[in-house]
Amino acid sequence: MSSQDAALVPAGGSPQRLVDMVFRLREYGIIVVLIIFIAVTTSIQPRFLGEQNIKFVLLNATIYALLALGETMVVVSRQMDLSVGSVLGLSAYVSSNLFGQVHGIPIPVVFLVGIGIGFVCGVVNGAITAFARVPGLVVTLATLYIIRGVDISIIGGGEVVASSLPAHFSAIGSDSVVGVPYVTICVAIVIAIGTYSLRSFRAGRELYAIGSNPEAARLVGIPIARRVFSAYVISGAIAGLAGVIWASFYGTVDSTAGTGYELTVVTAVVVGGVAIFGGSGSAAGAAFGALLLSTIATALYALGVSPFWDPAFDGLLLVLAITLDRGIALRLAAVMRKRTFRHEP
Amino acid sequence: MNPEPVIAVDVSTVAPTSSGEPPAPSSTPGVGEPQPVNAGSGRFAGIRGLARWEVALFATFVVVFIVGRVLSPQFLTNYNFFNMGLSNGELAIMALPMTLIVVTGEIDLSVSSTLGLGSSLLGLLWMHGWPMPAIIVVVLICGAFLGAFNGFLVTRVGLPSIAVTIGTMLLYAGIAEILLGSNIVSNFPSTYTNLGVYGVPGIGLSYSTVIFFVLAVIFGVVLHFTPFGRSLFAMGANQEAAIFSGLRVKRTKMILYIVSGIVCSGAGILYTFRLSTAEYDNGTGLVLSVVAIVLLGGVSIFGGKGSMVGVVFAVLIYSGLLDALLLTGFPQQASGIVIGGLLLLSVLVPSVPEFRARIRAGRHRLRQQVPEAVIVHSGSAVRPLETSNISTRSGQGGPSI
Repeated sequence: MSSQDAALVPAGGSPQRLVDMVFRLREYGIIVVLIIFIAVTTSIQPRFLGEQNIKFVLLNATIYALLALGETMVVVSRQMDLSVGSVLGLSAYVSSNLFGQVHGIPIPVVFLVGIGIGFVCGVVNGAITAFARVPGLVVTLATLYIIRGVDISIIGGGEVVASSLPAHFSAIGSDSVVGVPYVTICVAIVIAIGTYSLRSFRAGRELYAIGSNPEAARLVGIPIARRVFSAYVISGAIAGLAGVIWASFYGTVDSTAGTGYELTVVTAVVVGGVAIFGGSGSAAGAAFGALLLSTIATALYALGVSPFWDPAFDGLLLVLAITLDRGIALRLAAVMRKRTFRHEP
Repeated sequence: MNPEPVIAVDVSTVAPTSSGEPPAPSSTPGVGEPQPVNAGSGRFAGIRGLARWEVALFATFVVVFIVGRVLSPQFLTNYNFFNMGLSNGELAIMALPMTLIVVTGEIDLSVSSTLGLGSSLLGLLWMHGWPMPAIIVVVLICGAFLGAFNGFLVTRVGLPSIAVTIGTMLLYAGIAEILLGSNIVSNFPSTYTNLGVYGVPGIGLSYSTVIFFVLAVIFGVVLHFTPFGRSLFAMGANQEAAIFSGLRVKRTKMILYIVSGIVCSGAGILYTFRLSTAEYDNGTGLVLSVVAIVLLGGVSIFGGKGSMVGVVFAVLIYSGLLDALLLTGFPQQASGIVIGGLLLLSVLVPSVPEFRARIRAGRHRLRQQVPEAVIVHSGSAVRPLETSNISTRSGQGGPSI
């Protein structure tokens, strides 16, 4: 009896540990795919790993990864935030327009304004979703339209041009250390903190509980409405922050900034291993998903493949990722069933 | 000049009343009849709620058209009706299969990409000199395959439809880009592109509008008056129960996705001829409007609830509102505020009574059930009971004390 138990332990111990291991493997899987992709591309086109190119890929991925952090919090709790692209656009315009409106405004204030705009949008999304108990998908589909409409009415036909931005602000995206932009490092730290909080803090764990079984979460006394509300507020604030960074990257901000980002972000999150119906996945995985999408886009370009292939690749990747997840989940369920039977007698 | 529009007002406010009001009440017994066995009070309550929703939609529709007439004298003219139908026809057509899919509790976000892919394929084949009738057939078959791929992933592989169709939305749009690249095909024969210039003889509405109304009747009859259509509600309300009661859930959903693919690629053909251009990004972003219309029409995003009458009114409100805003010089791009606001209202208003009831229940519970809460939550109140009742387990109960 004891020898049998001992034999079982190295093979994965309790079912809980097995599940943990498999989901960690899922995240490593993304990294492995990423490395293979980079290796293959580099072997064909050595300039792919040039400093300029790495910087470009990282900058591109930074915004998506940041948005993916907020989106992960929302998706993990079985909701969805489709308004991130519009929030990003509004925040990018209003914050960068401040430089022209208020002379010599300090950059931190601009960041605060951007985050504040996102925060307000998040409060609206969260309040309607959590307290009126309306599906977040529908609410944020509506606010996607509304916020974009507000953005367009504010902008009119105008745009912010790069020359009106102070040099310090534009430098946010261009200053780097060994090819890695400072802002990417900052965002990576934010994502690390976010991943840790989601995994280890009580409020974070409760988001997973809500996502995996809302009814059970309610019965054990988790304040569902409050948690979902906070997830939306954080996601909104992060989208606002991403808007300011977007403005510093691209310089030129018009009313189309961030259009369609929501779908790329959801794709990145799902490719990164977050279950679309909540309950599992991590922000780090989602960030790697964003990095993978951004790498693929650039790699196709570097390989001389027409950029027209990029969306098809993203779509295929998403379908493959969810098919794989489904396969893993089914196998895992089968293995765990077998294991409980073995333990029972 | 003046008397004519005034007459038109009377026609538009009276005519829909006579033609639009009967469906709502008459659908109630019609919906209830086929399955009297299952008709509990909850069911009727749901149907009554829906009927009320359709009445609200009808009232909104009337208000939109009256306000539109007040704001612009050009609003209620035949020419404007033609334009209104022309610019929203494809959107409206795509909302029909979407309604059926959402009723079963699934969603298809790839509709606009299917439209775009159909349009690109049409342009590509025309560029290669195929005869037009053959192209149309090929495009529709291609649409069926696109829908079948969605259906396969959702029903056979068992993936969540929202994730699948976000993926295929990107995938199909990507294939359209690959097919056509940056080419723009626009040398279509005028016999086909006249679709976007002339209306149906004798009616005056655009071809896409007439096709929409014909399809709406067909889809409406299928949804509300056939066993197939009724089974969609059963699947949406409770999929497990539907499976156990012998409904072929997978096959039905597969059929719906295939129908959606065919209809949307057909909409792609109309779209291409109307603009007489085939471009890879035709129809990008239409999907959100389609979903907005379906939800505005009172179809529940969770499935199991909704009616075709509601969706048709939602289409009319959507196109009327957009057109009225356009005529009054509202910035066209910013009209999203109004559409989004409408969508938000359409989900918020039905949840108000429940919200109020919940608040009242919450207060009630706080006042009344405090002692019970103490018993449930405090360990010391429960555990002694356990150990005293079950004497054989007293040994195991030890550690808890």
